[in-house]
Amino acid sequence: MGRYLRTVSLAMKSLMLHKLRSGLTMLGIVFGVFSVIAMLAIGEGASNQAQQQVLELGATNIIVVSKKPAEDAPAAGSSGAFILRYGLTRQDYRILSKTLKNRIGGIVPMREIVLDVRHIDRNLSARIVACTPDYMEMNHLKLSTGRFLSDKDIRDRSNVVVLGSETAERLFPTENPIGSTIQVQSRAYRVIGIMQNRTASAAVGGSLTAQDFNKDVYMPLDTFQARLNTGDYIVKRTSGSFSAESVIYNQITLRVLDRNDVIPISESVRETLELTHGAKNDFDVVVPLELLKQADQLRNIFNIVLGSIAGISLLVGGIGIMNIMLATVTERTREIGIRRALGARRWDIIEQFITETVVLSSTGGLIGVLLGLFTPTAFGLIKFVVTTYVMDSGTTSSEMGRMFIGMTPQIAWWSLPIAFGFSVVTGLFFGVYPARAAARLDPIEALRQV
Amino acid sequence: MLTARLINLHKHYDLGSFVVKALNGVSLDIPEGDFLAIMGSSGSGKSTLLNLLGGLDRPTSGQYILCGQDVAQMTDDELSAIRNSRIGFIFQSFNLIPQYTVVENIQVPFHYRPGYPPISPLDEARSIELAEQVGLGDRLDHRPFQLSGGQQQRVAIARALVNDPAIIMADEPTGNLDSQTSIEIMRILKKLNAEGRTIIMVTHEDEIAEQAKRQIHMKDGLIAGEGIFRG
Repeated sequence: MGRYLRTVSLAMKSLMLHKLRSGLTMLGIVFGVFSVIAMLAIGEGASNQAQQQVLELGATNIIVVSKKPAEDAPAAGSSGAFILRYGLTRQDYRILSKTLKNRIGGIVPMREIVLDVRHIDRNLSARIVACTPDYMEMNHLKLSTGRFLSDKDIRDRSNVVVLGSETAERLFPTENPIGSTIQVQSRAYRVIGIMQNRTASAAVGGSLTAQDFNKDVYMPLDTFQARLNTGDYIVKRTSGSFSAESVIYNQITLRVLDRNDVIPISESVRETLELTHGAKNDFDVVVPLELLKQADQLRNIFNIVLGSIAGISLLVGGIGIMNIMLATVTERTREIGIRRALGARRWDIIEQFITETVVLSSTGGLIGVLLGLFTPTAFGLIKFVVTTYVMDSGTTSSEMGRMFIGMTPQIAWWSLPIAFGFSVVTGLFFGVYPARAAARLDPIEALRQV
Repeated sequence: MLTARLINLHKHYDLGSFVVKALNGVSLDIPEGDFLAIMGSSGSGKSTLLNLLGGLDRPTSGQYILCGQDVAQMTDDELSAIRNSRIGFIFQSFNLIPQYTVVENIQVPFHYRPGYPPISPLDEARSIELAEQVGLGDRLDHRPFQLSGGQQQRVAIARALVNDPAIIMADEPTGNLDSQTSIEIMRILKKLNAEGRTIIMVTHEDEIAEQAKRQIHMKDGLIAGEGIFRG
């Protein structure tokens, strides 16, 4: 042990003789290690962002959504009263809640439609979400003031609504909305609660569109069915044309009690629904847990790709070290000769030069790790510069732009020892050749060198 | 008591198209406490002989018995161990390690002792004592470039003595020094010899060689004669 300490301290002495050269050689490794850590932190941040979004959907949830079947779409140009019938039905809801009664913690049907909502002279296009009280908890929504829908509201078909934070702000910029009324398609509804602000969820896997809960208006499901969905269809008038849809539920969310049950239950849900829907292909089962697994896979891909790119710079750093060490061996031929004459074995010489290389590369690695810890700070700075000077409102609102703004690199702690370890291995690998070259020198020849 | 014995030593260098016969059968006895000067013109084989004696090289044929061991057929590692423990080197151009201080240079042979024992306080004391003996007690932390040639050569002598070797090999020890400093260095070598150490020295200067107990002359890879030949 003491012997290796001695070898290391002698190596440091030799490296300190050429401080600038050693420092510059080290830089290659410093930046190599830094970029490995930074790249992995960015990959980790991006995948965490994706995972967070999936988790907001609920890892124990199974979301069954109605899907407009492609073959039933109205032909282009056709107008008039065309009623489109598709999606989840009351029967589906009954079957699912009955058959899965013991294995699920909750089931929430939901109907949504975008309609105009009004308060006096303020007008706003909002997503009307007709649902049951469990909807709030299942979607991890939080109440700001007032109360959410209750079972009594459902039973009584009360004319009440709960507003998303943005809807509330836009319709009631100055007054307190609680107790006021809003109008939806000529009927009035009393506001009983306001939700907390919540970041929009991104679109997931094509079946779930991006949801911005802040623009929602929540309404008791039965109230909706009685007042807006009379005859089970809704007529939408938009600038001259109108269309009608007949959808009972847009979405049925099931919460599974045991996480291990999620996948099997989702399969039986799919099978059950296929029995009644047949080949209509008008529903989809979204399993956030499956998406979570995909996000995990995505993270691995990210890590491997980004890590290898960063690894190249580490490789370049290693070649730089090897280059300098080869030059050093040539320059120190005489020293090698002296040491051999004084009794150094070939192995002692190999050990000396490998130690010098490893000391150089691991010091660089250590500095790189320390620099790597500042990745989030550095990224924040880049983000600030980019958002202030490069991006305009268009790019900011694009999918990529939102992802960039929403992302914070997260240092993967496991990457620190790994990146450091790679710097040591790089030193070992690229140190072997110069060290062997040094040890192969004939002591007589080496001493003759001037 | 013999320190070293050379029996019919040959050294040939195979250069592909022809063979250089650097040594053609040298036999020599070096008793303990000898002070031998090897002389000869360049190409006479004196450097080759010194390299063999110093264990830096192996003979093509013949025997070299050093302190009772046949060194001629040893492996590279074994030769390294012999150089470390039995032989002390003094070179014409001092050959100190530039990044090390005086004490550290004196201690270099410690790093390569068989089994790598740590440098003990006793070793520390010995290296400082040797530095004092060669008159550098006040320069322990100086680096080679801060020393004069004579001082550097004295560091080299201290280094050669640190593992208490049986033989000291001196290759033109005064070759790079002025006459005054040369006298000092020779005084130290003679003192070491008087203390009982065997010294083998290569030189081409008669007045340096004269100070040894015995002189041999090399020619064409053979010992041409012993003693001082003036003129």
